[in-house]
Amino acid sequence: MSMTKSSLLTARVGGMALLSAVLALAPLGFANAYYYDVAVGALFNAIICVGLNLLIGYGGQISLGHGAFFALGAYGSAIATSRWGVPPLAAMVASATLVGLMAFVIARPILRLKGHYLAMATLGIGMIIYIVLKTEAQWTGGPDGMGVDPLAVAGLALSTDRQWYWLSAALLLLAVWLSLNLVQSPVGRALRAGHGAEIGAQVVGVDTSHYKVLMFVVSAVFASVVGSLFAHKNGFITPDIASFHRSIELVTMVVLGGMASIFGSVLGAFILTLLPQMLTAFDDYEAMIFGAIMMGTMIFLPKGLLPSLILLIRKRMGGRS
Amino acid sequence: MSLLAVDGLSKEFGGVHAVQDLSFSVEAGTIHSIIGPNGAGKTTLFNLITGIYTPSAGRITLDGTDIAGKSPSQLARLGMSRTFQNLQIFFNMSAVENVMVGAHLHVDRRFWLSLLRLPSMVRGDRACREECLRLLDFVGLAHYAEAEASAMPYGALKRLEIARALAARPKLLLLDEPAAGLNATESREIDEVIKKVAGQGITVVLVEHDMKMVMGISDHILALDYGRKLAEGTPAQVRANADVIAAYLGAHA
Repeated sequence: MSMTKSSLLTARVGGMALLSAVLALAPLGFANAYYYDVAVGALFNAIICVGLNLLIGYGGQISLGHGAFFALGAYGSAIATSRWGVPPLAAMVASATLVGLMAFVIARPILRLKGHYLAMATLGIGMIIYIVLKTEAQWTGGPDGMGVDPLAVAGLALSTDRQWYWLSAALLLLAVWLSLNLVQSPVGRALRAGHGAEIGAQVVGVDTSHYKVLMFVVSAVFASVVGSLFAHKNGFITPDIASFHRSIELVTMVVLGGMASIFGSVLGAFILTLLPQMLTAFDDYEAMIFGAIMMGTMIFLPKGLLPSLILLIRKRMGGRS
Repeated sequence: MSLLAVDGLSKEFGGVHAVQDLSFSVEAGTIHSIIGPNGAGKTTLFNLITGIYTPSAGRITLDGTDIAGKSPSQLARLGMSRTFQNLQIFFNMSAVENVMVGAHLHVDRRFWLSLLRLPSMVRGDRACREECLRLLDFVGLAHYAEAEASAMPYGALKRLEIARALAARPKLLLLDEPAAGLNATESREIDEVIKKVAGQGITVVLVEHDMKMVMGISDHILALDYGRKLAEGTPAQVRANADVIAAYLGAHA
């Protein structure tokens, strides 16, 4: 019993410490600004995936529409700051609030659906948002996209990729901490219970749909905030960031890293963002090797990277003692 | 007044009358068993009482409140809890976490407290955990507390469901075949647990095939066949009832 308790401690505190160390030491290997740029992209994805895993891995609900929430956050910040002169931080909070509200409104009817039907419905929401962003050209600039001012808080502007790296690293740690808190709380238990045995949860008083809706909103807010940051960092956005492909990519990161594993999501996001960069040496074969790695992982590590690795290590250690 | 009263209850599935014009009542503080051959409508009756199904007709009252058509989570708030013949265990969680979900209504579950892991939430959660460990001990599963539910044997899962249901602090506890699939020793252990639960003043309604257990622990028995009431009374009365014997042995009276 005490052993499990200490391993829980390791998962929480140890995992956070390890992640902090990795994030702090990684820049030692960065040769130039491009490395920082790629790393920031990986961190952004990791933050979204940590939130998305709350919904998919812990809540058992699929969403193929989170790319669109990301895009709404980006466009919300872009429009509010460049057209109305709203300060970036206020624009980010306002966008996230609106996206959260919207997610809340659509979540009830949508989360009644299960499996493929839920996937289809969220896919539909994503497509609608994509089309709106593309056609409402007077607001969004249409398919040509729109420019966004750099992020500035109280007169201080974030300009270098290095600054962006430290900001997003800090935000990832915050996101992981908040998510770990949620998972190991009454709210998180109710959510996981609804996933594990819905009727079993209901008969002890858990309003299971309430918790699904809540996590849909939380994960949409995560995506929206990162969208706002992305818009400021990139300085230019197009409707393509709301594309179906983007949503699929996010879900793939969560599944590859490991469902119901916060740190797994971070790992999945890092790998899927960085792998294409590393595979560029293979030129024409890049996409093929990428696909083969994905398939191999899912066949041989069906629980996802991190949970499978932990299981393997436990087996080894268990075998010895 | 009875704790639970069922009046003229019916449930149809298509043309099948799973439960037909059934009336009975359960007095507080008793162990009340529902018996009957397979397909008699016992589990349907359970699902009607606990809000899984909506009745086609009839009234169900708990402590005088009409509860027909209320959702399971609403019923939990009114003090009703149950276990399942086909387990409803959270296999993605540990044993003690399963029980802690049972205490859901009795912990502070405000979102911000959980998100920020504020001290009051941590304290509340620790107290809840202690209570749930006691409940696991109560049903004889103390040694499984930190085990993953997916790694526990069937007999232990049956008791885990009882512990989870108790964590909800029910007035009325419904057990759907708690001894099904258990061997004689495990069956006796469950028997003991049910007696202890009743000893704490919790009213127990039980569906069970194990006649030895039913006759041994029940204060009152309701026998069903084809969705109708066949007989009702004390174990001795029901055992002597000609219709019950006929239904079980297939004799034609």
